[in-house]
Amino acid sequence: MAMMELAEPGTQPEYHFPPYVSTIARSPRMPLVLLPRAQMEQSGPVFGQGLIGERDNDLTVHHAGDPIGERILVHGRVLDETGRPVRGALVEVWQANAAGRYRHKVDTYDAPLDPNFAGGGRTLTDNNGCYWFKTIKPGPYPWGNHHNAWRPSHIHFSLFGAGILSRLVTQMYFPGDPLQPLDPIFNSIPDAAARARLISSLDMDRSESNYLLAYKWDIVLRGRADTPFEERKQ
Amino acid sequence: MSDRSVRIPASSQTVGPFFRIGLQYLIDRTHLPSIVPEGTIEIRGRVLDRDGLPVPDAMLEFWCGAPKLLSGRDAESGVPEGFRRVATDEKGEFALTIPRPVAEASSDAYLLVLVFARGLLRHLITRMYLEDEVRSDSDAVLLRVPPERRATLIARADEKQAGLYWWDVVLQGTGETVFFAW
Repeated sequence: MAMMELAEPGTQPEYHFPPYVSTIARSPRMPLVLLPRAQMEQSGPVFGQGLIGERDNDLTVHHAGDPIGERILVHGRVLDETGRPVRGALVEVWQANAAGRYRHKVDTYDAPLDPNFAGGGRTLTDNNGCYWFKTIKPGPYPWGNHHNAWRPSHIHFSLFGAGILSRLVTQMYFPGDPLQPLDPIFNSIPDAAARARLISSLDMDRSESNYLLAYKWDIVLRGRADTPFEERKQ
Repeated sequence: MSDRSVRIPASSQTVGPFFRIGLQYLIDRTHLPSIVPEGTIEIRGRVLDRDGLPVPDAMLEFWCGAPKLLSGRDAESGVPEGFRRVATDEKGEFALTIPRPVAEASSDAYLLVLVFARGLLRHLITRMYLEDEVRSDSDAVLLRVPPERRATLIARADEKQAGLYWWDVVLQGTGETVFFAW
């Protein structure tokens, strides 16, 4: 019986990773149960345009004034494992402000909140699998994992592709950030090339003179988007 | 042997403690109604860690599968009826309603559940079956689970309220929930 194909070794973090202290009491220790491929879920939710407001992918326009920080465009394509675009993929993001502060009650870092920045956004990919967000570059911030621990600048991403097994929650990083080699969350991914794939690249082609810098980040989701669930079942 | 993939899927990273900033809107869109509609079940439970302590910052996504549940309402709201996103409160508790799942020939009625939290570098995948709908030896997945651990996948039917089920997710330790490799 064909078994579920698992992730390429080293490309996904292990659940138990003690340098990231919160994994210690929250990661399962019993063996994960391997299922025959036929028993794994093929279907998944498909989201519609009704979920998305017109400017939900522009994090800079929802308040009276402009947010403080480096204005940036983050864009890219969502692709499946065969390199085909994933159309209509729901992409959700959240992030800290330019000072490294989240607008969230459990963030106790004393950096200032920005009255003009909430830090959440969402969009659906277009017919070419493309997405974009306009935002400000998030700052690094301290966290309680170990003495003098600082997270590198990052934007949280949540994606739904074709089928629930393509679900992905991850973080996008910025090029040239010296905090990355020190960060246990980033370094929980054993494979260096896989870590590098979470780092966006500066994109001068999409940057706009006197206005904003652009960063490009393509995201590969598990599975194949070209075979809808209904066809695969037959 | 299936065809080899040409691209390697992106690595997972934790959802962290601040996910509500970007993900709360969909929790709100699929929130608990005051009256539980017909054909719908209610699920209540907790997420617990190794020490039995509540996990107050977990997010769960429930999927009752199948395009058969798509309806005209989905197109308007943009959210399929068979999908729910919930987050735990300060007591580690969650609650939701969702269409009652349907059994098939080789599968008892179940919901697929994804578990996200600070401290989970990759989300967990599990299933929730309904106590009063589990047939003996008919579900190919339950049969692969060691018998002594099967109960962790089965939600308990409330003794008084029909359609209400209780189900806890234990991330580690005594009574650890069965999670699937993926």
